[in-house]
Amino acid sequence: MSEKTRILIAKPGLDGHDRGAKYIARALRDHGYEVIYTGIRQTPESIVNIAIQEDVQFVGLSLLSGAHNELFPRVVELLRAEGAEDIVVFGGGIIPDYDIPGLKEAGVRAVFPPGTPIAEVVQFIEQCRTGSAQTT
Amino acid sequence: MPHRVSADNLSDLVRGVLAGKNRAIARAITLVESASPLRDELLEQLRECAEPASHRADGGSRVIGITGPPGAGKSTLIGELVAVARMAGEKVAVLAVDPSSPFSGGALLGDRLRMDRHGLDPGVYIRSMASRGRTGGLSPSALETVSVLTAAGFGTIIVESVGVGQSEVGILTLADLVLVVLNPGAGDEIQALKAGVMEIGDIYVVNKADYPEAESMVRTLHAAVRESIHAVIEPRVLRTIATAGTGVEALHREIGERLEALNERGELESRRRRRITTALQEIAGDLFSEWVRAWIERHGLTDPQGGVPFGKLRRELAAALETITVREGCMDEEDAK
Ligand SMILES: Nc1nc2c(ncn2[C@@H]2O[C@H](COP(=O)(O)OP(=O)(O)OP(=O)(O)O)[C@@H](O)[C@H]2O)c(=O)[nH]1
Ligand SMILES: [Mg+2]
Repeated sequence: MSEKTRILIAKPGLDGHDRGAKYIARALRDHGYEVIYTGIRQTPESIVNIAIQEDVQFVGLSLLSGAHNELFPRVVELLRAEGAEDIVVFGGGIIPDYDIPGLKEAGVRAVFPPGTPIAEVVQFIEQCRTGSAQTT
Repeated sequence: MPHRVSADNLSDLVRGVLAGKNRAIARAITLVESASPLRDELLEQLRECAEPASHRADGGSRVIGITGPPGAGKSTLIGELVAVARMAGEKVAVLAVDPSSPFSGGALLGDRLRMDRHGLDPGVYIRSMASRGRTGGLSPSALETVSVLTAAGFGTIIVESVGVGQSEVGILTLADLVLVVLNPGAGDEIQALKAGVMEIGDIYVVNKADYPEAESMVRTLHAAVRESIHAVIEPRVLRTIATAGTGVEALHREIGERLEALNERGELESRRRRRITTALQEIAGDLFSEWVRAWIERHGLTDPQGGVPFGKLRRELAAALETITVREGCMDEEDAK
């Protein structure tokens, strides 16, 4: 099936800096993805609702405010509650190394610190895509 | 809801769409956007099962097309319009089309950023769509997507199209009513008037009326509208300040009245007929283009002498069409041979 990969880039939490989020959104577009950008200060509930309406395969969460340990897992949890656990959640922003294992445990599939080369993100997305193609 | 749509669970998807379930609607639209053979099965099942307009309490869906130059405030205005429509009890779907990058094939879809106050309203479904190389400001699957939203029971369907240069006209291929949103001081407003935009709008909205230049734009438009001989009913010119919600209730009222007036004159029906005809012709055109591509592969682009086989192609295509016409309905027999 010739399905385009659709990715939601969302900013939960209260910080108003979306340079990073916009950068990744544009970079992913330039790699051929269809990227939906939601803007700042989205609640996990509205992110999940948007992810479902847009039928994305990926949700990328960007956060600088430090609330990632609550907000990222909450998005994963709400997606599960909607029966949409097939949507891959990844994160980026200022996230200390020691928080990463816990986030992964909670179902966040990858965490990219600031300055991650975009190629790495693309590689992750492509791996997930082909991986999920094998299991179905 | 299954993770992947297959022939086995297609009927679940159809049921979900008819029940207005977001996840099912979203999946169905993805399928419509794909070139999967299941797409046609889905569209057929929806057509067979959907409630006919005449049985619906809202009398069927109305499609409002919104176009205009980039940055005029279309998305912001739609966000406000949805709020007013919700207060009037309408179920609203928005289809927001943004251009695909011709280089990467990717797209940055940012329209819904301006509509985020509806993020959690169950009576609102918003879908962003990339134009995927189609000119005319729409996506190749926009009209078919509208038919999914119709089957899902949305009484009001708003489509935002990419509006640059002459591409606004694409919106005519799916809307009952066309709104052209312009903003003052954009510089190329005269250009916009020239580019045929004055022939497509039922309502012209001068948004960003908080800018003083808005008044001269309104005057220019009033004059242009009086000369628009194409229109069945003389178009209206309205002012809005989308960021403040100003003028949006009046716009919503005007949309309702226009639709009614167009309906009374039979214009909605003739628009509907026109656009369905165009859509079906387009589908056939795409299929024939594919046929011709394969034909060229078999015959070569030119004959050994370097001549282009214009006549040969036309004759063979006409003969093929003739067979279809004669054998209409007997395609299976043909396949069996
Ligand atoms: N001053 C003023 N700004 C407005 C008004 N309406 C929208 N804007 C601003 O204009 C900018 C563009 O608005 P959008 O709603 O994204 O415009 P659009 O026509 O959908 O843009 P594209 O989809 O990119 O073509 C945003 O920064 C809005 O906040 C208005 O009435 N007054
Ligand atoms: Mg827009």
